[in-house]
Amino acid sequence: MNQSLPKRRRSRDTYWYDFRTHWQLYLMLLLPVAYIILFAYVPMGGASIAFKDFQIRKGIWGSPWVGLRHFTNFLNTPNFELLLRNTIILSGYSLLATFPMPILLALAINEASSARYRKSVQMITYLPYFISTVVMVGMMMNFFSLRAGFVNAVVERMGGTAVNFMGEPKIFRHMYVWSGVWQSTGYGAVIYIAALAGVDQSNVEAAVIDGAGRFRRVWYIDLPTIMPTIIIQLILAMGSIMSIGFEKVFLMQNPINLDVSEIISTFVYKRGLTQFQYSYASAVGLLNSIVNLVLIVLANQFAARVGNTSLF
Amino acid sequence: MSNRSAVKLYRTPTDHLYMVLVYTLTILISVVILVPMIFVVAASFSSPDALMAGQVFLWPVEFNIRGYKMVLEHKMLVTGFQNTLIYAGAGTVINVVLTILAAYPLSRRDLKIRNPVMFLFAFTMLFSGGMIPLYLLVKNIGILNTRWSMLLPNAMSVWNVIITRTYFQSNIPGEMLESANIDGCDDFRFLWKIAIPLSVPIIAVNVLLYAVGHWNTYFNALIYLNDNALYPLQLVLRDILIQDDTAGISMDVTKQLEQQRLRYLLQYSTIVVATVPVALLYPFVQKYFVSGIMIGAIKG
Repeated sequence: MNQSLPKRRRSRDTYWYDFRTHWQLYLMLLLPVAYIILFAYVPMGGASIAFKDFQIRKGIWGSPWVGLRHFTNFLNTPNFELLLRNTIILSGYSLLATFPMPILLALAINEASSARYRKSVQMITYLPYFISTVVMVGMMMNFFSLRAGFVNAVVERMGGTAVNFMGEPKIFRHMYVWSGVWQSTGYGAVIYIAALAGVDQSNVEAAVIDGAGRFRRVWYIDLPTIMPTIIIQLILAMGSIMSIGFEKVFLMQNPINLDVSEIISTFVYKRGLTQFQYSYASAVGLLNSIVNLVLIVLANQFAARVGNTSLF
Repeated sequence: MSNRSAVKLYRTPTDHLYMVLVYTLTILISVVILVPMIFVVAASFSSPDALMAGQVFLWPVEFNIRGYKMVLEHKMLVTGFQNTLIYAGAGTVINVVLTILAAYPLSRRDLKIRNPVMFLFAFTMLFSGGMIPLYLLVKNIGILNTRWSMLLPNAMSVWNVIITRTYFQSNIPGEMLESANIDGCDDFRFLWKIAIPLSVPIIAVNVLLYAVGHWNTYFNALIYLNDNALYPLQLVLRDILIQDDTAGISMDVTKQLEQQRLRYLLQYSTIVVATVPVALLYPFVQKYFVSGIMIGAIKG
């Protein structure tokens, strides 16, 4: 009796037992797992071409190894510094400007007293989320165009000289970032509004009785309530610094602003898929993925230590 | 809601200033967001001449629907629209089915393999092989330049799996599964008859996120497709809105001026036609959105 008990427990703890009792759940997982392996893990293995001299005839596995040649090549070109700087500045600036706005908006919406007003503001601010990147950049080119845009019409009417908003390299980053703020603030606020619904009302009542004004209630009750959500969002944002969207930057690029608008992902695309330097482009992409992984792990550890919240 | 009545009873002097700030901020943001969108809609219903003269602001001038007629006559736009309907429709179905199939087993705490599989999924959010290896894979399995390349490489998003799993976990009581099991209900039946009907909000959120994603992206099409007939709407839009595609333009100067004149109108109408279909999804899903996001993303 004494011996059979731990033995039985062990036999129940095996994956074979798990499979026999839950084979239907295993069956459900079959397709998703197959998808993840094929489209996420196989390419991770395929990234080994970064260490090879890829030739189409020989395929990924047959091409000869060249070690770190592509990496050292990339690190030794002037491109490297430029691309890294452009990627980090654009992404960091974007994070700084885009991150706080949804929190502010959510706190403000939450404070408005009429439910209808709150719902309307939420709906309006959410609308730009439905605008595609192509349409967004198309609208910007239209509004800010040098000859026909209405922004320059206003500038000229007020006595200024027309500015080439979409061409001028100095303005590129501001255009990119603030159009992003315009488009993403409302969508970003949804998650904080949802989190604010979790504010403990008895705390609010106690605070009112103690004479706390609105500002103090926001500061001492609302903010701490949504702090875990803020931290999780921040970790995720940190993790995406190096994977800053290809789509919008690529559309906003033109020959004049390339010095500030060329980032790692657009460079990988051009080298890899228009000039067919598969191995070189893969090496650059892989370097980017690794930096990205390091960033998100660091952000996570920092949050775990400072804020007692972490993603994993 | 009880706090809102309590709030009215007591106000410190800074409260008034604070409320002024709250309303200024929300009104300002709303205006900044609405004005460009209203302008585009107004411009799309105006005459080309009024547009050129810069007379249009928030209301159509010389109302007409010529821009929309041009959209309908634009062959590439119509094809792109049809293709996008296919990609977004079929793609969203594939996405939602795979997401549920992954999320439900992962929500079951009694499943031993749950943690390893979760790790397998989550790791792909942190690290990827990159653009080129994925492109080579798509090429090697023979779906490059086919409709499948728009559907398979992004058949499921791990982020959506996680919020859906969390929703299942917190909304379907374990007792329900136990009693269903006693009644002889197996896992397939339980998922189909009980778990899915109880999870309409999160499924609606999934449909919205995936459908908007399919509708609005152009990146996959840019790298996987080179056959015009397969192009989704966004790639066609890129030609019209950004690359100023003047192919097929004649050398005739007066005709060229005419084309130039009409181009802006075509752009505005195209923007409206391309954006309205997805925006129409929103009211249907809105009632589920906050509750779905809240339970899915925050409790997790």
